[in-house]
Amino acid sequence: MNDRIARLRKESFETHPSISIERALLVTEFYQENAGKYSTPVMRALNFKNLCEKKTIYIGPDELIVGERGPAPKAVSTFPELNFNYREDLEILNSRNMTSYSVSPEDIDLYAEKVIPYWRGRSMRDKAFAQIPAKWKALYEAGLFTEFMEQRAPGHTALDGTIYRKGMLDFKREIAESKAKLDYLNDPHATEKFEELTAMDISCDAAILFAERHADLAEKMATEEKDPKRKAELLKIASVCRWVPAHAPRNFWEALQMYWFVHLGTITELNGWDAMSPGHLDQHLAPFYEKDLAEGTLDREGARELLSCFWIKVNNTPAPPKVGVTAAESGTYNDFTQINLGGLKADGTDGSSEVSTLILEVLDELQLLQPQVSVQISAKTPDAFLKFAAKVIRRGSGYPSVFNADMVIAEQIRVGKTPEDAREGGTSGCVETGAFGKEAYILHGYLNVPKILELTLNNGVDPLTGKKVGLETGDPEGFTTFDELYSAFEKQLRYVVETKIETDNYLQRMFATYAPAPFLSVVINDCIKNGKDYYDGGARYNSDYIQCCGIGTITDSLAVLKKHVFEDNTITMRTLLDALRKNWEGEEPLRQFVWNKTPFFGNDDDYADSIMQRVYDSLFRTIEGQHSPKGPTYHLNMLSTTCHVYFGKKLGATPNGRFAFLPESDGTSPSHGADRHGPTAVVKSLAKMDQVKSGGTLLNQRFLPSVLAGESGIDALCQLIRTYFRLGGHHMQFNVVDSDTLRDAQKHPENYRDLLVRVAGYSDYFVDLDQYHQEEIIARTAQESF
Amino acid sequence: MKSGIVFDFKKYSIHDGPGIRTTVFLKGCPLSCWWCHNPESISPQPAVLYRPERCIGCGACLKACPCGAIAATPEGFFADPSRCTGCGACADSCPSTARERVGRLMTSEEVLTVIRKDIPFYDESGGGATFSGGEPLLQPEFLWELLEGCRKSQIHTAVDTTGFAHTAVLLETARLTDLFLYDIKHMDPGKHKLYTGVDNTLILENLKALTDSGARVAIRIPLIPGINDDEENLRQTGRFVAALKGVVSVHLLPYHAAGRNKYAKWKIAYRLPETLPPSAEAQEAAAENLKSFGLNVLIGG
Repeated sequence: MNDRIARLRKESFETHPSISIERALLVTEFYQENAGKYSTPVMRALNFKNLCEKKTIYIGPDELIVGERGPAPKAVSTFPELNFNYREDLEILNSRNMTSYSVSPEDIDLYAEKVIPYWRGRSMRDKAFAQIPAKWKALYEAGLFTEFMEQRAPGHTALDGTIYRKGMLDFKREIAESKAKLDYLNDPHATEKFEELTAMDISCDAAILFAERHADLAEKMATEEKDPKRKAELLKIASVCRWVPAHAPRNFWEALQMYWFVHLGTITELNGWDAMSPGHLDQHLAPFYEKDLAEGTLDREGARELLSCFWIKVNNTPAPPKVGVTAAESGTYNDFTQINLGGLKADGTDGSSEVSTLILEVLDELQLLQPQVSVQISAKTPDAFLKFAAKVIRRGSGYPSVFNADMVIAEQIRVGKTPEDAREGGTSGCVETGAFGKEAYILHGYLNVPKILELTLNNGVDPLTGKKVGLETGDPEGFTTFDELYSAFEKQLRYVVETKIETDNYLQRMFATYAPAPFLSVVINDCIKNGKDYYDGGARYNSDYIQCCGIGTITDSLAVLKKHVFEDNTITMRTLLDALRKNWEGEEPLRQFVWNKTPFFGNDDDYADSIMQRVYDSLFRTIEGQHSPKGPTYHLNMLSTTCHVYFGKKLGATPNGRFAFLPESDGTSPSHGADRHGPTAVVKSLAKMDQVKSGGTLLNQRFLPSVLAGESGIDALCQLIRTYFRLGGHHMQFNVVDSDTLRDAQKHPENYRDLLVRVAGYSDYFVDLDQYHQEEIIARTAQESF
Repeated sequence: MKSGIVFDFKKYSIHDGPGIRTTVFLKGCPLSCWWCHNPESISPQPAVLYRPERCIGCGACLKACPCGAIAATPEGFFADPSRCTGCGACADSCPSTARERVGRLMTSEEVLTVIRKDIPFYDESGGGATFSGGEPLLQPEFLWELLEGCRKSQIHTAVDTTGFAHTAVLLETARLTDLFLYDIKHMDPGKHKLYTGVDNTLILENLKALTDSGARVAIRIPLIPGINDDEENLRQTGRFVAALKGVVSVHLLPYHAAGRNKYAKWKIAYRLPETLPPSAEAQEAAAENLKSFGLNVLIGG
């Protein structure tokens, strides 16, 4: 990397995240003065415009791509209109052991004085959660599920190519056309649509204004700049900011700055889950790259420098801190921006290009948390591109993750998207599938599936608290067959899922009503055409997901029950339940017996894998097609992010020999240590899951570095990936690190400050993880070979 | 249907022939090389491995043993070798895997079922099944049934052999095998006998006969410092191999000590306690020496 990038990278890497209360103060003042004057969408848009007009803007030394969410790199805003209205929230963040966000005592006092009193009772969290039913709270507190909308607005949004073809002025014209078509004679919602479209129009002005202020600042800095080279750069920055986002970009530089302004706009307006992602960035940039190269206005190194500047911008933007459960379960928190590389173009041809390779080089060179990169591998993707990616994987940072583009497309077509829209879609967040730029795919939280079995084995009672939180589905000692037990589990499952969905449906209408996102709606097709907000079903496609966790743990637990309790009669239900209650205390032979003498998921053993299929099918039938206010839009996906650790802490001992409070199996991976026949067996087991019916699955594999040595190691890795995808797998990601290294990093964190490891659908610095997550990664089965 | 003694399977095997393979280890070997990585594979009989560090002292094995061979001691539950028949009942009963079967009687169909599971990986990678050991040619009829079964399913086969077998057995095997991985451990008959327990005359004659028969052969040379890595031995090896037809490649397998802890587990004296893996330069030098005979030399499987 060149000196500029080295300096910017160093600053980004070393700057400690801090809380900026500027946004909270601006929003609070604006609401105090204007509440009640406008419709909610217009109020939200004017609030956004006020922020774009008044927030401190920043152009740092060396920067080529400009704009920060806060007043400086790594300064994070809060969103008091959603939550974060307790003095303790700030104090904990400042003092906690894991990566903290610094905030000064004066700022805490100011926040407590100016911000908190106004929002108490007015924030989304206060408004929405006052109405939550007791049965939901009971399940939530017992750790049966989490709730995304408690923390942030619905998100996981990624963009398609629209913003590289249209600027804000073009969107304003479309908004005017849509307004002109409003039919007040026949459309009972015409007034709401008028207000929403007005809000979108204001948001476009706000984004242009934000860019103009950067242009003004750059020009001012240029007049004061002594170094002629930097002076020219500043003037160039100014001219770029005068052009985008008002107009569609004309070259590589403008394209990156265009995206970055839109990205910043969406995360300034609201705080959506997993923020915003550029989607198929290589495909979006490739035409500009080729044109600039042909015209001689850019070379490969220039493109690399601009990409690196952009990369560092994303890394400068940690996610706003969480509150409550999520704050406890995640140490560092990044914003899950994911760049998709390769894949297919809308017309079905291979999407990989020179820009894809260039982006992988930047990723490999910078070794930063954000953005994350995935490679989307289709049957049409050249082996050379996959091998290039595999060599980056071998370096051990946990990225890029690898997706099956053909499956990602098939999953979308199954739920009614056109092939073209599906190909322009991809994965965001961790592994979640969506039609980029055209879909609101709302994640509602994780489901603790093994905990549902625990309730079933305790007739609806949570054994950790003694509270009855589930259904009475029968005394487990009275079950005479495995099927009786299983049908009790299914009843319990339906109760938990439907209790969650009732509340999710309520919450999503609350967001649609009180927290519309008009700027986000501008850049997502077809919100303008429909005159409806992104949160109100305005997008071309709308779907809702519940993320199911612990498939390995529940499969293995059911296998123990089926085989030993109901088939072989080697253990009685009473003995097993007693052992679980005692957390296996004094029952080590029994625990070892179930752990070692039961067919488990991940070994290509049909006995266990058929149980996995049965559970998956139950989850699918329970969730798929459940109704939201937008129609039968619920689907399942299969990932845990880091929630398997939190869910494990809420779960007693399980029949598969797992001790209480240890993590559950992660994603769709086998239980830690349960897969004993190598990666091909894991892949075969996973392939028995009918993944096309999900919105994403997540398979972690840890390899010892020696396995991937040499060309033959790379070839075999690529072949393993290709085979999994041929068998219908969705995703696979890798840690390439040995346990000794990780143990040494625990002992000497100072020597491993930049050791990146794959955690869930993202990588994180190993030394920033808490002990539970560190142990969890070490416990993942390390695949060896000769 | 034939049965044989199998002591292990290795899936995702990427250094025992082309592509992703499943390696099947057949038990029993006529050689006893000093550097053997699988000393437990030498005896043709099934046995039980006991690891006191995994033992939780539950005593299940005492009850399960039909021969009364196991005695409880303060150090663990050890079996009297003179009474143990290797039947494995104790291992089956052991909850903590402190006792594990090493070698189990399996039918060819059972083995083929395991092999066939990974067909999608063989298809993708040009891989297949490798039969190793021990010495697979010690169980020829079992091996042939396995090779025929693979051929029926169009699975590529490799046989990893010491070459110490009846020539007729080897040539019959060649009819059913796509690739041989054939070891040359030393060119000097006396030294060969010293380090492996057998003379190399039959091995070298068999190799000549095998290549003459039209078989495809990859030569594997374990590179053991101080034993067979001298220039003269490598030169003789190169000269011998260069005169053969049908040799597709020559693989130098650098010595590593990974098998050493197995000796402790099995309470067998390790005869190369001081030996270190050859340096990268030594590996390169050995490869260059062999390449000078016009051979396609690779380091590693």
